[in-house]
Amino acid sequence: MNSSRPPVPLLAWRPLVGILFRQIVLYRRSVPRWMEIFYWPLLDLLVWGFLTLYLKKIPSFMPSAVTSLLGALLLWDLLYRAQQGISVMFLEEIWSKNLIHLLIAPITPFHVVGGAVLSSIVKVLLSSSVAAFLAYLLFSFRIFSLGLHLFFFILALLMMGWALGILTTAVILRYGQEAEVLAWGVIFLFQPFSAVFNPVSVLPQVAADISRAVPASYVFEGMRSVLVQGRLPVGDLMMAFLLDILYATVALFVYSRVITRARQKGFHLKLGS
Amino acid sequence: MAFGETPEVLLAQEVRKRYTKDGPWAVDGISLDLRRGEVVSIVGPNGAGKSTLIQMMLGLLVPDSGSIRIFGTDMATGRRKVAHRINYASTDLSLPYSLTVRENLMAYALIYNMTNIRERIEKVLVALNLEPFRDVRVGRLSTGQVARMGIAKALINDPELLFLDEPTATLDPEVSAQLRATLQGMVRDRNMTLLYTSHNMREVERFSDRLYLMNRGRLVAEGTVPALMTRFDTEDLEALFLQMVQRERESDE
Repeated sequence: MNSSRPPVPLLAWRPLVGILFRQIVLYRRSVPRWMEIFYWPLLDLLVWGFLTLYLKKIPSFMPSAVTSLLGALLLWDLLYRAQQGISVMFLEEIWSKNLIHLLIAPITPFHVVGGAVLSSIVKVLLSSSVAAFLAYLLFSFRIFSLGLHLFFFILALLMMGWALGILTTAVILRYGQEAEVLAWGVIFLFQPFSAVFNPVSVLPQVAADISRAVPASYVFEGMRSVLVQGRLPVGDLMMAFLLDILYATVALFVYSRVITRARQKGFHLKLGS
Repeated sequence: MAFGETPEVLLAQEVRKRYTKDGPWAVDGISLDLRRGEVVSIVGPNGAGKSTLIQMMLGLLVPDSGSIRIFGTDMATGRRKVAHRINYASTDLSLPYSLTVRENLMAYALIYNMTNIRERIEKVLVALNLEPFRDVRVGRLSTGQVARMGIAKALINDPELLFLDEPTATLDPEVSAQLRATLQGMVRDRNMTLLYTSHNMREVERFSDRLYLMNRGRLVAEGTVPALMTRFDTEDLEALFLQMVQRERESDE
């Protein structure tokens, strides 16, 4: 036994890999989990793809506006998966009665979030790649026609998804499994104000005001601008990132406060029992 | 002993905890210590405060007052400095059922930042007689094997201080005896400290160097098993346990 073993460094990579490894192995073996990654995106793609085929036949519809529906769908799915990836990973730890093992390990609660972010990246990459490939194969939609802007759109959406995932996790930690419905539902609260399929300009004033505080609305407006007008409103994208930073700061602050409170009140010890 | 460490592996001083502002104390002014190479049991009826006390020792809860220091570090503020040197197994916890025994151990070896991972996993599998099940999913193990798996996870980081919460509650007598022998060997060979809770008084009697008896959040007796039995004039630990709990109940009335 070596009592001089140093503490685990704050930036050690192995703990993150350990959390990621568990998630990947979980997915490797589970057909329902694979369905979650591929089944819903595929169904959404088919429904919206068929709609675009119909709309293209209506003379008054601009073809670029129609194809932007598919781009919106692919990016919306990415946002949804990013948020869900964090919250559902946390729920899986609760369901498997494993959370306490992680909380006594020589890592911080932020390592748990970091591992969740990594596993969310893997899942989003898998899910989005398949959906993008099928969109091209079935409906000749090339998401890469967004060019380099696509990278920034994806990053801005991932950041928003992770922030909401962390916030949802904090709420589940605080209020228990009764709040677990949020893991699947919270993102839809933002959908009407994210300008996913319609521009902000068509929203009623109150909804338009709310949408200005939602990072995703700038991304979807930017995507339409690139596809329809061929230009990117850089200022809007910057605004999306600024809001993302604000969302992430709030989410991490709330998560940190909930963990501190949990250690005082013990409500995390009853999760899953 | 590293620089700055106290001779006690664990030192709890006047620890108090309650969950609501005006509620009863779950742990009420407990002071205790654990020394290197000891097997110490905490026994007490349900609701005595054992779990709350252990959760504070692990840094999962912070005391309302008092302190718990492990290897000289206050667990309320510095848990992460010593968490790699301790571990915990409980029948209340589990591990992901879809992962095999080896995959679960691999994940935790990584989480504990271990370097010699394959070697460590093999050692733990051998120690717990789990080699035949290394590639079996945890969900397909028997209850006893799952309990051993939990202890295997708790040994993956080669802990110097191990907390076991009723580790043999789901094991048959033969497997319990094997597990005790394995743990005793580790305590002897590696000078590991073991804190143990159990409702099986015969097991505690055979296994512990010292024990603390808790009731209603307080320590009501402590010492070696023979010393306690002499002091309270009882033939076995179970009789002592019942006598202490009865005495507490009468004094409350």
